[in-house]
Amino acid sequence: MSVIIFTVILLTGSYFAGLLGSLTGLGGGFIIIPLLTLVLHVDIHYAIGASIVSVIATSSGAAAAYVKEGLTNIRIGMFLEIATTIGAFAGALLAIYIPAQYIAILFGLILVFSAILSLREKSMQISLQESPLAEKMKLKGSYPDQGKLIEYGVTNVSGGFFMMIFAGLISGLLGIGSGALKVVAMDNIMRIPFKVSTTTSNFMIGVTAAASAVVYIQRGYINPGIVMPVVIGVLLGALSGSKILMQSTSSTWLRWLFAFIITIIAIQMIYHGIQGSI
Amino acid sequence: MSNNELKNTGNFKNTGMQAIIGWILRTGVIVSVSFVFAGGIIYLYRHGHSKTAFDSFHKIPEFISTTEGVLQGVLNGRGQAIIQLGIIILIATPVLRVAFSVIAFAIEKDHLYTIISLLVLLIIVGSMLTGRIG
Repeated sequence: MSVIIFTVILLTGSYFAGLLGSLTGLGGGFIIIPLLTLVLHVDIHYAIGASIVSVIATSSGAAAAYVKEGLTNIRIGMFLEIATTIGAFAGALLAIYIPAQYIAILFGLILVFSAILSLREKSMQISLQESPLAEKMKLKGSYPDQGKLIEYGVTNVSGGFFMMIFAGLISGLLGIGSGALKVVAMDNIMRIPFKVSTTTSNFMIGVTAAASAVVYIQRGYINPGIVMPVVIGVLLGALSGSKILMQSTSSTWLRWLFAFIITIIAIQMIYHGIQGSI
Repeated sequence: MSNNELKNTGNFKNTGMQAIIGWILRTGVIVSVSFVFAGGIIYLYRHGHSKTAFDSFHKIPEFISTTEGVLQGVLNGRGQAIIQLGIIILIATPVLRVAFSVIAFAIEKDHLYTIISLLVLLIIVGSMLTGRIG
């Protein structure tokens, strides 16, 4: 395949990856890696490298807006970034030793898990309860919602912290943002309100990805010819996605459609992983 | 929605700090993508009709495998080096955000979070320094 055709295919595919990733909140990495490995037959390590760079771009772009709106809890983010960066560093080192086929299988499994999570009803409950550790770490906060300020407390900080080490590990190992795992840690374990947990998760994704990207770039996994169309495509797609999101609030059918697509991709990844043809 | 009149906890006391963090992130993305785009045009112009060889892993071209090499390549107007510089700026963007947080928390005399931000920064620097080992 010539470089120009490869670039055009990848740019187009990355645009749709960014678009769907932004509409569902799952991020673009989920489509980028299967697109590169299954469709374009690129080595999985290059795919992980390109994906992690695109993750930094979309996360930073979106975080810039959320931080200004005051939805992000910067303290919770900074504190949990200790966990995610340690995990991401370990993950990036592990990725070097784990054979490509096991990475593909793990990728498929995390994909299915994230698809199921994306269908779950978001609980709107807000808890004021605060654990002693959360109080010590000054984690409670408040966020603006329709002109009012809503206060919330944080519980089970150590449980959330350990889940974040795992989220970081998966991010470093697979080159994805692992936003779904981060939201589990904050929503289900630490009982942080949905609006805060999603924006804070997004805030953390860039730093988490940077911790493994510094390993990948030194090992030659970040190839400019592959990253260039991926980053530009994903960013443009995410930008379109955020415009669509502002116009329509109901997107239940979209979530189902995406969960369906993702499950098919996941099965493909697992199948090729087991066959060793990746 | 203007939040300036609302007192927000969990964040910096001074909303100006948040504005700076937002600015760092946005500027970093814009600058890096501009480099990636410009480098991409040159790369496609020169190598557009070459064959791709990404199906098996081999190290990236020698001239972009070190920071000095990248900078030298940028000065020589080489497309892949310019893209790689853009990528380095992009990776540095969230790291800069953490570095700024260290300063911002220190200014607000929030000692606990100055240390926490510093710790995150050290983990990333440690990851960078040991990235080649193993």
